[in-house]
Amino acid sequence: MKIVLNKDTMKIEKEQDVVPFRNRVKEYAVKINMGLVNQTKLITAASELVRNMLKYANGGIVLIEAISQGRDNGIRLTFQDKGPGISDISLAMKDGYSSGKSLGVGLPGSKRLVNEFDIKSTIGEGTTVSIIKWKNG
Amino acid sequence: MDRIPILRMGKFLLVTIQIDLYDRLATNLEADLIQMVNKTEAKGVLIDISALSIVDSFMGRILGNIGSMSKIMDAETVVVGMQPAVAITLIELGLELKGVHTALNVEKGMDLLKEKITMYDEEPEELEDEDSVE
Amino acid sequence: MKTDIAKLLQRKKKQILEDWMNMQLADASLREDLMSNEELREQSNELLDTLLKTITDKNITEATSEEFEPVNEIISGISILRARQGFSPKETGTYIFSLKEALLKTLQTDLKDDVNTMVEAIMKVNKLLDVLGILTFETFIKGREEVILRQTDEITEISTPVIRVWEGILVLPIIGTLDSSRTQVVMENLLLEIVESGSTMAILDISGVPAVDSLVAQHLIKTVAATRLMGAECIISGIRPEIAQTVVHLGIDLSNIITKSSLASALKHAFGILKLDVKRIQKDKAL
Repeated sequence: MKIVLNKDTMKIEKEQDVVPFRNRVKEYAVKINMGLVNQTKLITAASELVRNMLKYANGGIVLIEAISQGRDNGIRLTFQDKGPGISDISLAMKDGYSSGKSLGVGLPGSKRLVNEFDIKSTIGEGTTVSIIKWKNG
Repeated sequence: MDRIPILRMGKFLLVTIQIDLYDRLATNLEADLIQMVNKTEAKGVLIDISALSIVDSFMGRILGNIGSMSKIMDAETVVVGMQPAVAITLIELGLELKGVHTALNVEKGMDLLKEKITMYDEEPEELEDEDSVE
Repeated sequence: MKTDIAKLLQRKKKQILEDWMNMQLADASLREDLMSNEELREQSNELLDTLLKTITDKNITEATSEEFEPVNEIISGISILRARQGFSPKETGTYIFSLKEALLKTLQTDLKDDVNTMVEAIMKVNKLLDVLGILTFETFIKGREEVILRQTDEITEISTPVIRVWEGILVLPIIGTLDSSRTQVVMENLLLEIVESGSTMAILDISGVPAVDSLVAQHLIKTVAATRLMGAECIISGIRPEIAQTVVHLGIDLSNIITKSSLASALKHAFGILKLDVKRIQKDKAL
């Protein structure tokens, strides 16, 4: 059972939105007393995903939530875009694969940085990525 | 448009990144720095990232690019002052910043640059042992 | 006429306490090593006193109501204390159930003329004490869990010391299995200490690691890579022959990492990198 303690949505439309967005995620992480290393991992993963969203779908919406499950608190981020979608998710999750000219660590790297990673994509409709980082995870 | 100041100290260029960079600023820094290396014939570039709380793959790529580009122009790049949390995150992310040297702080970074340059001048063979990142 | 059980028990308090104490003292499993008889008497008296003050004829069947808060508190306190002192669950259980026996004994003697009332009273007291018994176990186990959690914390603390062996050289002896959460702690401690002490060399000694499989090797490689990103060099020492064998058989590539068989040779290597020289002082015999 995951209980939402607090939530917020942010629109990401241009690259200047990335830094304020990271700061907002940081505020949320600080509020639940997440340790520095986990904070950094979460924000880095968030930064990767938001960058993907800008690059492939010209932006989208991010839902930031502070959640609690049992004794543990955490942050859940849901990235929603209306981009072209990903045709082969397992290929996109592979290290070193990139359809654009990047290092290809975005998706698989983000997955390694967080505790839970979920991706859904429909061609022509968009992609939704949801990640959870637990405070002690 | 904002720019990150690049300081010149003798044969070296010194950059201190004080704020979280958005992409344009970072790409500008890359271009400016390479221009400066060319103009000043600098032998070393020192980038202090101790104030950066986040280095994602984009920023990592910029740092790597600066390293590789300077290398082609005969200058060494040292990245100094990385936060422990940032280092752990970069490793987990799968980035190792190939092509740049690293040092704990500005002082050690300067020492490393000086050492590299004298090594190039005197005995170009024994480079490998001292490289922090290969 | 209806007998007020609560009043009856309150009147007989002294007798009940005596019975209860006798029962406890007669028990073969009495732990005089953990708690003196006076302490036990005091503790029992306090519990009985609060219990008898709290119960009325009305609330005797509602042990979970708010009125029982003070009793619950005392019982929780006693159980947690006992868990920490090292009483066994059986001993703690016996403590609370012997109270039940003492109470029932009093009811039995005092109400022997009126069997119906007696049965009713016994049922009520029985139920009440059962609820208290369950509470005892719950808090006892909670107390134990706290002990375990504290010990786990202590173990993680203890097991990852970072030692400054020389100016600029840190040693991190790793003892026990290296899993991912452990690696996290090791890495964090090491990197923080590197920054704090301004050290440029770190030695990871794995002589205390029972086995190195590909996962452990992966963790070691990550730690070394993170150390290098910070601008320090990391040597892995304490590679035993069997570890070298498994590493090669598993096809793990450690060639990018400086590895040494002993801590001493790692230290020597570190001295070399830092351009330090350790020499035996030659005593001049002529002097």
